[in-house]
Order: sequence, then C-alpha cells, then structure tokens
Amino acid sequence: MTDISQNPQARQHGGVTLRVAMPWIVGAFLILVLPFVFQSNSAITIMNQMSITIIFALSYNMLLGQGGMLSFGHAVYMGMGGFLCVHVMNWDMFGSLPLPVLPIFGGIMGMVMALIIGSFSTRKAGTVFAMISLGVGELIAACSVIIVVFFGGEEGISGDRTYGMPFLGYEFLSQIEVYYLIGFWLFVSALLMFLFSRTPIGRMANAVRDNPERAEFLGYSSRWVRFNSFVAAGFFAGIAGGLFAISYEILTEENLNLVTSGSILLVTFLGGVGVFFGPIIGAIVFTLLQTVLSLETEIWSLYVGALFVATVMFFPSGLAGVLMMHAPAFKLGKWQMLIVPYIKTLVPAALCIVGIAGIVEILFHARHSAVGETEMTLFWITFDHTSIMPWIVFAVLAIVGFWITRKTAPDLVEAWHAATTPDEVSR
Amino acid sequence: MTPALEINNLHKSFGKAEIIRGIDLSIGQSERHAIIGPNGAGKSTLFNLITGRFAASSGKVSLHGQDLAGLAPFEINRLGLSRSFQITNIFPKMTVFENVRCALLWAKGYKYSFWHMVSRSRDLTEGADAILEQINLTARRDLPAGVLSYAEQRALEIGITIAGGADVIMLDEPTAGMSHSETDYIVDLIRKVTEGKTLVMVEHDMGVVFGLADRISVLVYGEIIATGKPEEVRGNPRVQEAYLGAALEAEH
Repeated sequence: MTDISQNPQARQHGGVTLRVAMPWIVGAFLILVLPFVFQSNSAITIMNQMSITIIFALSYNMLLGQGGMLSFGHAVYMGMGGFLCVHVMNWDMFGSLPLPVLPIFGGIMGMVMALIIGSFSTRKAGTVFAMISLGVGELIAACSVIIVVFFGGEEGISGDRTYGMPFLGYEFLSQIEVYYLIGFWLFVSALLMFLFSRTPIGRMANAVRDNPERAEFLGYSSRWVRFNSFVAAGFFAGIAGGLFAISYEILTEENLNLVTSGSILLVTFLGGVGVFFGPIIGAIVFTLLQTVLSLETEIWSLYVGALFVATVMFFPSGLAGVLMMHAPAFKLGKWQMLIVPYIKTLVPAALCIVGIAGIVEILFHARHSAVGETEMTLFWITFDHTSIMPWIVFAVLAIVGFWITRKTAPDLVEAWHAATTPDEVSR
Repeated sequence: MTPALEINNLHKSFGKAEIIRGIDLSIGQSERHAIIGPNGAGKSTLFNLITGRFAASSGKVSLHGQDLAGLAPFEINRLGLSRSFQITNIFPKMTVFENVRCALLWAKGYKYSFWHMVSRSRDLTEGADAILEQINLTARRDLPAGVLSYAEQRALEIGITIAGGADVIMLDEPTAGMSHSETDYIVDLIRKVTEGKTLVMVEHDMGVVFGLADRISVLVYGEIIATGKPEEVRGNPRVQEAYLGAALEAEH
C-alpha cells in the first residue's frame, strides 16, 4: 500500500542518463518524422496548430501545475507576443531578419507584459491571483478595440512571413517549412521549460504551490518565486504567440480574449497538471477534437465539454494521470492482466457513448436542419430522422452498453488493483 | 556577549484583546530555552511575533543584536532563525527528500538560481541525504511527504527546520499529539540536532521540558511570571499556583 512512490528511480547525482534523455530523443524523432506519415497540407496545418498549443499549454502549466497559480488571462501574453511579431513582419528591417528568430520578439513581448502585470498580481496566489488575471485579461481584450494602431481593431492585423530574409535558402512559402520551424521551437521551448522545473527556482515554485508559508520560513519570498515563474511563463507564451503569427499571419482580438484563456485552462487540465508531459497530451487530444471532430459534427464542443467534465469529476489528475496510474502494472510486469477486463468494459462503454451521441445528433438534426431535409448521415449510414428505427437502435446501444459497463466495471477495478499490487501483498 | 535572541517590552493586541502584555526575555547563545504556560497564555503568538508571522503592536525583538522589526519571515530566516509549526507544516505533495532539499537551497547559496540543475548538485543531494540520515527517514526518502505517519511528519518538520543551518531553532510543540515512545524518539532527535545551537521551544509535556531545557520561562496571560533553571522554576510558588500545580496534578 505504501508503495506509491512517484519517482522510485533514485535521482542520483551526475550526468544525463539515457533514461532521462530518451523521451526527448523520441520527441525529436517524432517531430522530424511525422510529416512523412501525415503528408497532406491539412494534416500539417493541424500539427502546426498542435505544436503551438503544446507550447502554450506547457507555459500555462508553469503557472497552474508547477506554481499553483490559476490564471484566467494567459492568452494575453501569447496574444501580445503574436501581435508584436506581426508588427515586426511589417517593419522594413524584417527583410534582414531570418524568420526563425522572429518568435524571440514574441517571447520578449510576453515577458515584458508578464513583468508589468506580475509585479502586482503575484503578491498572492489563489482567488486574488485568479481575479486579477481575469480583470487584466478583460482589460487587454477591451484595449484591442480601442488602441487600433497596435491591435488593428476588429479585423486585427496581418503580415506576410515570406518578406523575411531567406534562412538557409528557405523562404517559408510552404506549410512544411513552417512545420519544421515550429517543430524546432517546440523542442527548444519544451526542453527549456522542463529544465526550468529542475532548477532551484523551479523546485521552489512547487514548494510555494504546496505551502507558501513554509517556503517563507525557509528563506524564500513566495511572491518573488511566483513572480519568476510568471515571467518565465509569459516568455514561453509569447514564443507560442510568435509561432502563431508565423503560421497564420494574422492576429485578432480572439487571440487575447477570455475564450482563448479559458480553453488553454481546459487543455492543460484535460492533459493533467500534475506531470510535466500532461499538457502535451491535453494539447494533442484537444487539437484533434477541435479539428477532426469539428469536421464531423457541428456540436463538437458539446463532446469536448462532456469530456472535460468527465475528466474533472473522475480523473482530476487528467489523461496523464490516468496513464501514470498504469505505471505500477507495467513495472510489475502484470499489464497483460488488464487487457481482457479493459476490452470487456471499454467496448460496451464505447457503444454506450456511440448510442448517446447518436441520439443527440439525431435530435440536433431534427431541430436544426432545413425544413423538409430529413435525411442525415451518421457513422457512415444514411437514414431518415423521422423514422423510428434509428432512435430505437441508438437507444438500445446506449442502454445495453451502459448496463454491460456497469456489470463489468467492478471486475476491471479488481483486476487493476491486482495488477498494481506486488504479488506477496496480494496473497 | 550579545544574546542570541532578545525581547524587550513586547506587546500584541488583536483589537481590544491584549494577548502579549509586555514580555522581556533574553536567551543566550547555545541555550535550550523552553516556554511553558497554560492554554491561551500566548505562547504561539509569541512565536509568531518573533518569527515575523505577525507584527508586534509595540516592543522590540532582536536576533544577535539586530532589530527584526518590519522584516518578513523569509528575511528573518536568512538572518539565521528557523522555526517549526504547531500544526505540521511540510510540502505534502513533494517527496521527503525534496522537502529537505528545498530547505537546503537558500543556505547552500542557490537562491533564485535558474541556471543550476538541482539533481546535478552533489552538495544538495548529499546534504539532504545526511539530514535524512540524521532524522531517520532515509527509508522514506522517495515517498510523498503527505503519506508519512504523524511522528515521521513531525520528524521531517524538524529536519526541514534545521536543514538550513540556522543557529536559532524555534520549535512549536514538537511532541504534541504523540505517544510516549514517539515522544522519546523526538526528544532524542531534538537533543541531537540542536547540539551547539540555540533552541527555543514551546512545549506542554513537562517530562520533555525538564529533560531538555537549560532554562524555562513560564508564560501566563501574556506575561512571563518566572524565568530560570528548571529546579528554580519548579520551586517557584507563583508558578506552582498559576500553572505547574494544576498540570502536575493532572498528570497523576
């Protein structure tokens, strides 16, 4: 029972071991290879979006997960960085600036904003910090329609990345060139943010998150520790903003507002705030849902919302937390024990979800389609929403799926306990 | 020689309630000093005033001759004063090892550095492991601190308190809520780790107080009614009347 240590591998002092470097090598390899697997332009656009969201979410988690600061205005730092980068694209000197350097301008802009706002907002964590971040977020979003020179009013401002100085002969005309530029920054930013969490100030950010008062009695000013994390997070958010500017060549009020700030909270929480790679999973899943699912259904945000609520209620440590729960089973070599129970529970659960989604979709179509247009396609089957048969099929799927899931769930829990407990204890 | 800790005419009121009513106290270098008194006498408040958690209404606290007025807790800590809390105050989600390592960071000069890797600093790892050895928690090294037993958490709290190498250690009821054997374990631990340091401690357990302290102050209703060697205090009729008699009776 007591064997729930998170980091049983003793962190011996000394050099970089293969074990530590491995995730980074795999990550770099994936960044390099993925465009060969998913070659279409739309896939590359999705991956670009994903990479930007990953950096943004990791930066957000420096506040939420590492520093215990719940921010409702993190889009401000990404947006401001992005806006500055678009302005830089429109300067004459841009012609003598290689494009890959541009995100640094965004980073500095995000950092300067964080310096100013953090100087008063990091005094306290908790509700005070959250409220200030909300207020500042609203303030800046409101400014975007007032200060038209910088924010460009409602239509935003746009630029052209290809005016930059060619870099090693590349002018970044095609998506794939932009992909590798973003991939480079993704790798560098993620690595730097990871290393930050291993420094004295990064460790103290965790300490201040857990117990600010105790940290004070260890010689650290909680406020200064929070301020440092805040500024660093602002910098990386600005980098993400710069990459957004490069990828889309336009920034609008949408990049600063509460919706963007709220969705990055959702992304980060979905992935899991407790572990470093959590936000990466969150960003990947969320971007896939946002892009792929939105092609399939108009009410995709309903499903994302449901997923978020389910995550908060049942897996507060996020998707990464769910993965980490299985680490002991793999370590004990008993993960095979889980396969059959998982199939027995997850297949009916999936059927149940399909059933519920089907009913919701038919209902939505029945209410919102043009008059007389009763035909709809769902799960590659075309049918008429006025007929009773589809309703019955989906209802039966939902009910039977739910019933079997209820039946088999206890077995799964039991199997999971058995698989994660060392043998001598379970006997 | 300047006393390690000197308190002059210290007052503290919360609204109309006067909790600390003029305390004068001088604690010498390497002295083990216990503050005892009935519930509500203001012992914890006095601790909080000394360590900067609360601001005093009037009066002066000095550490090695330096006035502590207006300093934040972290600044007082940097001057060489460290404290534990009556209610266990650790970093529950971090491992035991990390708890101690965090307590070492400032003292080892890492301050707010973002260019060192903590895991690559041999002095941090070895320093933290040495403290764990001292407080007997080596076997618990990689567990989250929140899952330790109560006595272990108290031991960890003491470890965190002493790790920074402060020379004035303040412990607020280190044995509160412990069984006899646990108390013996903690008392041995305190004796061991405060060797050569100034110890100020609030304690209810008379056995602990008389076994550990060089001098005792008795605090009653915000005033110190007696200070002296254990036997002197024990013999003091005012103390017996106000506190000890009742407490000793209760023990029988």
